[in-house]
Amino acid sequence: MLQALFGDRPAEASHHGWPLVGADADSWRRTGEALREGKLDLLGLWGDTDAVTCVLHEPSTRRALSARLPVRAGKVPSLAQFHAPASRLERSITDLFGIEIVGLPDSRPWLDHGRWPLRRPLAMSPEGIAAQRPYEFLPTVGPHLHQVPVGPVHAGVIEPGHFRFTASGETIVRLEERLGYTHKGIEWLLRGKSLNEAARIAARACGDSTVSYSLAFARAVEAALHLQIPPRAHWLRATMAELERIANHLGDIGGICNDAAFSMMHAECGILREHALRACAIAFGHRLMMDRIVPGGVTVDLQPAGCAAILALIRQLRRQFPELVELYDSTASLQDRTVGSGSVPAALALQFAAPGYVGRACGRAFDARTCLPYPPYDVAPIELVTCSEGDVDARVRVRILEIERSCAWLQAALAALPPGPVRVPVDAEPQGGAEQPEGEALVEGFRGDILAAVRLGPQQRLERCHLRDPSWFLWPLLEVAIEGNIIADFPLCNKSFNCAYSGHDL
Amino acid sequence: MRRRLIKNLFSSPCTEAPPPRSATLEEAGAALRGAIARSLGRSLAIRAVDSGSCNGCELEIHALSNAFYDIERFGIRFVASPRHADVLLVTGPVTLNMRDALERTYQATPAPKWIVAVGDCGAGCGVFADSYACVGAVAKVIPVDLTIRGCPPTPTDLLQGLCWLLDPAVVR
Repeated sequence: MLQALFGDRPAEASHHGWPLVGADADSWRRTGEALREGKLDLLGLWGDTDAVTCVLHEPSTRRALSARLPVRAGKVPSLAQFHAPASRLERSITDLFGIEIVGLPDSRPWLDHGRWPLRRPLAMSPEGIAAQRPYEFLPTVGPHLHQVPVGPVHAGVIEPGHFRFTASGETIVRLEERLGYTHKGIEWLLRGKSLNEAARIAARACGDSTVSYSLAFARAVEAALHLQIPPRAHWLRATMAELERIANHLGDIGGICNDAAFSMMHAECGILREHALRACAIAFGHRLMMDRIVPGGVTVDLQPAGCAAILALIRQLRRQFPELVELYDSTASLQDRTVGSGSVPAALALQFAAPGYVGRACGRAFDARTCLPYPPYDVAPIELVTCSEGDVDARVRVRILEIERSCAWLQAALAALPPGPVRVPVDAEPQGGAEQPEGEALVEGFRGDILAAVRLGPQQRLERCHLRDPSWFLWPLLEVAIEGNIIADFPLCNKSFNCAYSGHDL
Repeated sequence: MRRRLIKNLFSSPCTEAPPPRSATLEEAGAALRGAIARSLGRSLAIRAVDSGSCNGCELEIHALSNAFYDIERFGIRFVASPRHADVLLVTGPVTLNMRDALERTYQATPAPKWIVAVGDCGAGCGVFADSYACVGAVAKVIPVDLTIRGCPPTPTDLLQGLCWLLDPAVVR
């Protein structure tokens, strides 16, 4: 399909990671139709001052390609009119760049709540503030329906967002999400920043995935600059990414069980998570491993004591985690809550290219580590885990298996760590002589695939950087998964998705 | 489950001794500590408010409840509503989209109340402070009584700060 759509177009020489081709209105429309027919996955869609770019993935050939459509008279045609997953991305493009998306079915603002001192902040000439208009939630019509607004300040220690439930009795008829509360202007802040400054900001786009964001950003920069980093750095990066995955999965499995009122699992998983974070602190000097991955390599080398701490963690997980899995399996009251609740239809998971464990729990066999492998997973593959039921229980099971696979992978990796340096300088001028080198990268965070796209300008300052969180494609599925469940099960379903707010709102 | 419970009954607890008192806090808040101890004794109800953090601070605040830090042994607990809270624990650089919600949460909290700003973002020295979409520090929106810095602060940092709010005689 990619071949048929864009095979005759030359790839831009200044762009690296995968090919970038120019698109026109006709090929954009045909791309939308191919997305609608399920022949392609949409991996990302973002704006610029003069163009919009989308990243497409063809599952049958495991190829990725970026297509860029120039903005004409401030307008571009909508992809969302063919492919619903593009909708919120396109609404955000309008909010940030002021580009009019022609044919967009839902033209309400998304990130812009009317509170910023300027409108379309990333456009060439931002406008002053306009009058605030209240956000129009979808209308509810029908007898016996009531609405329950929740948030943005939630009851738990979690990030802010607003949920508008429409319920009939206890049963949820519709959930409408309203996000954007944690919008920090990250893409605006990244503009004009040096690589070092930008790496610190990218690492804080989403705190629970800080390693993966740093990795995606660094890989995109290295792709743009054709920078080869030492082999040991690749392995250390993946070691951190797997530790981050293990720690988050442990925390969330406990959290899901806690939301089903089974606090013992929460306490036990909390202990294991704490051990994981302490091992990270010993090995890499920070519990969440923030700012450890930078363009050019990693900032800390793994010492024997750190290696021993990680191996001790793996031994402990091997000893204690199976007991907890058995506890999960043998507790009927827990299974009663998790099995069959929060189901995502497999067809929708495919349509939304559902990232991470949400997609894999519906049988979508995609993991950036295996489908678009990057070092060191190209030489040390990690086994893909899938399940088919698509409910809360399936998501828990995928994550349980992923912890086990990550442990096995880490153990083998630590035994095979290549020696040598862990960082190369990035101050050399880019090869190839492109004036504005561009690079893109896709990495698998614990929640799913994270996309980073960068364009560099003079003195290697960022001209444009876009970070796409997996949650963009997960939040809409949560709205579907919760339908027909009772309101009391929302925390359970929500936790089993664990979508990011900050990574989404940027 | 029974096996697990029996095993836990006979194994030693994970819970660790409270962190030593921080010298900087000693200087900063003697008056504050006295006021809280007089009003509340050894009971502190905390409402966490995320004003646009990256979620890093939230992860470490969560960790306070695990068996290692076990914050409830000090009489400190997290509550679900600002109406039940004595302390608002505020993270994030206060995005403009969250400013209203933060102000309204503050107004909904009954007096006496104290505000603790958590993390470099809340303190005003985070990476997002200069954005068009952020106020930049919690203290620019509501009065802050104590600041716990760090990106994110470790659970030990948080515990040190929060225990300071209580009577030191309690936290031995």
